[in-house]
Amino acid sequence: MAQSVIKVVDIKKSFGAVKALKGVSLEIAPGEIHCLAGENGCGKSTLIKVISGVHAPDSGHIEFGGKVYTKISPIESIMNGVQVIYQDFSIFPNLTVMENLVFNSELKDRRKFVNWKRFRRIAQQAVDRIGFKVDLNARVGDLSVADKQLVAICRALMFNAKLIIMDEPTTALTTKEVNALFKIIMSLKEQGIAILFVSHKLNEVFEISERFTILRSGEKIITGNTSELDDKKFTYYMTGREFEDLRFKPKNVSKEPLLEVENLGLTGYFHDVSFSLKRGEILGITGLLGSGRTELALSLFGIHPADQGKIRIKGQEVVIDSVESAMKYNIGYVPEDRLSEGLFLPQSIADNIVISELENISSKTGIIDQKKRKAEIERWVKELGVATNNPANACNTLSGGNQQKVVLAKWLSRNLDVLILNGPTVGVDIGAKHDIHTILQNLAHEGLGIIIISDDLPEILQNSSKIIIMKNGTVTAELNPEEIDEDKLSEYMMGGNE
Amino acid sequence: MRKKVKSLLSKHEFYISLVIVLLCIMIEVRSGQFFTPNNLVDLSSALIVPGLFAIGAFMVIVSGGIDVSFPALASLSVYATTKILTDANYKGGILLPIVMVLVFGALLGAFNGFFIARLKLPTMIITLGTSSVFRGIMQGVLNSTQIPNIPEGMKNFGNAALFVAKNQQLGLTSRMPVAVLVLIAAIALAYFVLRYTMFGRALFAIGGNETSAYRAGFNVGRTKFILYVIVGAVSSLAGLIRTCMMGQMHPTNMLGMEMMIIAGVVLGGVAITGGDGTLTGCMLGTILIVMVQNSLILLGVPTYWQEFFLGTLIIVGTGISAMQVMRNKRRLVSRKLEEGS
Amino acid sequence: MNENRVSIRRKLSNFYYRDEYTSRLIIMLLAVLISMLILRPGKFFTFVNFQTMVAQFPEFGLMSLGVMVCMITGGIDLSVVGVANLASICSGILMKAMVAESGSLPWYGIPVGMICGIVIGLVAGILNGALVAKIHIPPILATLGTFELFSGIAIVLTKGKAISKLPMEYSALITSKLFGIIPVQLIVFVIMAGIISFLLSRTTFGTRIYMLGTNIKAAEFSGLDTSGLLIKTYALSGICAALGGLVMLANYNSARADYGAVYTLQCVLIVVLGGVNPNGGKGRISGVVFAILVLQMLSSGLNMFPQISNFYKPLIWGGVLLLVMTLNYFSENRNRSK
Repeated sequence: MAQSVIKVVDIKKSFGAVKALKGVSLEIAPGEIHCLAGENGCGKSTLIKVISGVHAPDSGHIEFGGKVYTKISPIESIMNGVQVIYQDFSIFPNLTVMENLVFNSELKDRRKFVNWKRFRRIAQQAVDRIGFKVDLNARVGDLSVADKQLVAICRALMFNAKLIIMDEPTTALTTKEVNALFKIIMSLKEQGIAILFVSHKLNEVFEISERFTILRSGEKIITGNTSELDDKKFTYYMTGREFEDLRFKPKNVSKEPLLEVENLGLTGYFHDVSFSLKRGEILGITGLLGSGRTELALSLFGIHPADQGKIRIKGQEVVIDSVESAMKYNIGYVPEDRLSEGLFLPQSIADNIVISELENISSKTGIIDQKKRKAEIERWVKELGVATNNPANACNTLSGGNQQKVVLAKWLSRNLDVLILNGPTVGVDIGAKHDIHTILQNLAHEGLGIIIISDDLPEILQNSSKIIIMKNGTVTAELNPEEIDEDKLSEYMMGGNE
Repeated sequence: MRKKVKSLLSKHEFYISLVIVLLCIMIEVRSGQFFTPNNLVDLSSALIVPGLFAIGAFMVIVSGGIDVSFPALASLSVYATTKILTDANYKGGILLPIVMVLVFGALLGAFNGFFIARLKLPTMIITLGTSSVFRGIMQGVLNSTQIPNIPEGMKNFGNAALFVAKNQQLGLTSRMPVAVLVLIAAIALAYFVLRYTMFGRALFAIGGNETSAYRAGFNVGRTKFILYVIVGAVSSLAGLIRTCMMGQMHPTNMLGMEMMIIAGVVLGGVAITGGDGTLTGCMLGTILIVMVQNSLILLGVPTYWQEFFLGTLIIVGTGISAMQVMRNKRRLVSRKLEEGS
Repeated sequence: MNENRVSIRRKLSNFYYRDEYTSRLIIMLLAVLISMLILRPGKFFTFVNFQTMVAQFPEFGLMSLGVMVCMITGGIDLSVVGVANLASICSGILMKAMVAESGSLPWYGIPVGMICGIVIGLVAGILNGALVAKIHIPPILATLGTFELFSGIAIVLTKGKAISKLPMEYSALITSKLFGIIPVQLIVFVIMAGIISFLLSRTTFGTRIYMLGTNIKAAEFSGLDTSGLLIKTYALSGICAALGGLVMLANYNSARADYGAVYTLQCVLIVVLGGVNPNGGKGRISGVVFAILVLQMLSSGLNMFPQISNFYKPLIWGGVLLLVMTLNYFSENRNRSK
């Protein structure tokens, strides 16, 4: 039996009163691909930081090939072959690929002077190791997300890595890029390098990992072989609850279309997009990253107004050239990146809810009616079930799912006709995900027209009454969710059935 | 070949050079006095002190900070040095004053470094504070007054000429000060440090992404501390040269220069947010500012219009730079979308 | 008995931490007052002294209000002194011209002069706002540039000299005392502070700029008119600065392009001291007002010690700023690890 690369034994870690890890154990064999999953706040990142030496555990120890450490420093962790690739890749966007690759090793060797020839040699060696073709003089900030990640991976490989920890590596990658990443992971495995990969995407867990560990609230729930896992079990382990599949069944669909889009286009991004949306319908839009689907949403919402085609709302042709005009036509938009685009985290939950509808609770001269404000806030906290005991608390005290509910509340507090959501349940726990889907389906039943843009195929299939696929900036198919399944959907997205 | 031209056109340094050339031509056309030997020497002479200050400011801005305390810092170091030497009736050469000024400058720079590197406080506000403290020490504690008779050694250094340029037409002569060698040496040294030492690359790394710098193993705190010590020393040297060239020590003479210097650096294409910029650009921007300051007279513009023009220059320069950043961002987004599918 | 003592200590502790910045300011205020009580009771605690103090601080107090609103949006206005001088110079020139034309200052002279100054402030502020919002120049650089520009215009208008020999009526009015007690300068400040406090806490404008200062991207995505808000903010700052200039005009009975040079730093100090976060999204008028009072009292107090020359003031202001920032740093860290 080969000795494990790393053995984590009964690690406990608290921050003040918060018990982040309550006695977690984990073992990874050489060349093993192991997935670490869990909802937000389960302790995944704390565990990684303990393994990489950023945090010292309160009790428990870590074994590297038999050597026992009760406390480890970042350097010792690196010496033992641990490399962490964080979500932001820890790169220098203003510097060249070459420099990004060599700094870590130069610093480790305590070099004071720069030898550009040596830099180039070392960098070329690093990229050749996984066959990454890139211009070493390119500014890393100008590279695509996938390439940035490859730079990070090449860098990680320069240190005799035995264990590479990847934190949510596929978040911003297209399907093609994810497949390329997985190929690389397999080749790393063949070289005997173990991978610990943090992910909450079920299909990835299945596709790439051999073993998995699920954490919940700082405790290890289960470690097992992926072959023994299925959707239901995964959900159950992640949340401790079982959920029923809720296929969306449209009710009260209006006769007349609410929103009609005819040959809509924005030069350079998308063209000839046409569809119609009735009250009570949920339109699912999916496609690979870069297919123009986000730009379509931004055009409908007035952030990047379209320059071709027509938009009709309730039968009347309208021009949406600003966010203001989109809001005038009662269109709302829940953005992709909740944290940086949707919320004002340090501000109160209350202010986050009312910020888009201040006109409704104030006089013509702009003076806010405090009574109305209070009533609005109480209403929405209750209706959407936002878990807080005081809306004056800052938004960053909420969990991801509750934060998304606040973003929803912000829009629902206005009288909307159309709600567009981009990636509505990204980074949201399975429990809150279920809640949000229920809310959306109910909204449709009550007469809203909803557009969901997502690359979570099960989400699209379960919640849409109509699906359109976008590829290369235009619509390539319009599908009925009842007639297809996930594999077929995937095929359409790749463009097999144009 | 076309790629090279395209890359040239996208560089900020190219446009600023263009502006400088145009300005030279304009002044020459208007006054016929620009490309005369003595004017060029005067200009080079005027460039020495701002150039040295700009090198320090450039390094700070590249690392992601903004230091507004350097004129006050320099004034304090130089005043203290000059006062001590004058009171002691110093008769020696320039070496001791240089050493003293560097030591004082380094100490004061360390003061800055403590708050910025150790306590990690925002640079602009901290240096607003330390600038005030330095001034207060100089004017309050040291009770600074003008020193009209500085030690011989310093005066001689200021007067020492490399060569003399003569304007045949008007019979004007200008001395090229020996101090210009200091500027040239400083530029060369700065170039070497920034390009060929890990310390220099660290400045760019920290300015690009400080968190990544920590993770990569850079000792960010120590790097920043050393940076501010160096900037303190270099700025003080610049102040010393100014005092020597002026032949007297006027304590408040340099105060207020910080904006001009920073404007020059930014005009040269250095991003105020850090991580981007070249020494060339920094010097070009400083040259432009110095030219505007010195040559308005040759254009027939009365001196009291100077600040107006400088203000306009800053606004136009930073405006163009800001618009370029916006355009680049947009280009990047559209390229990513094309590649993504 | 012990229980009471413990609960009082806890009550004080709760009160202190509820709003640390303001609490710290109150302590500083008390410290200054107590020191003065011990060292110079006769001179400091006189009616005349207090009257003088409240007549002096509106100059920079008004400018601080402007810097404050800009900082809430995550920016800063370093051009306030330039705007103030330009406004006072234009106003002074206009009033002198009116006197020159009709021999004495007409009844509408003062209002017109003041409106002129305010309009200059408004226009200057709009320029600042446009540079920041439309051209996206970082506020530090934009307002430093406009500071030079406005000062430059002021120098051109005055050819570097002072505008003096103003009509007596103006200075007399602004430096007069309502009911014989309350200086008019103070009234101007109180009105402006009141307006801004109302705007920030009770209007849509206020809520919106706090959010904008917190996260400008989310503000766009929430339908806020970010450009418009920024321009209005800097315009407001310009008006405050102009009012400060008009008060200076009355206090000095003259105007010059380089008056108030030390106020730029002082205003930033006041605003930071008052608890406004330079990154935006946070800050209250109460904090800034306390900070103004502390600084004024400290300034006046120092004047009563002739052995401490005025030159020490920058040292003290700088030192206080460093001290406050250091304390902020330690308190932030304590909060984070809670």
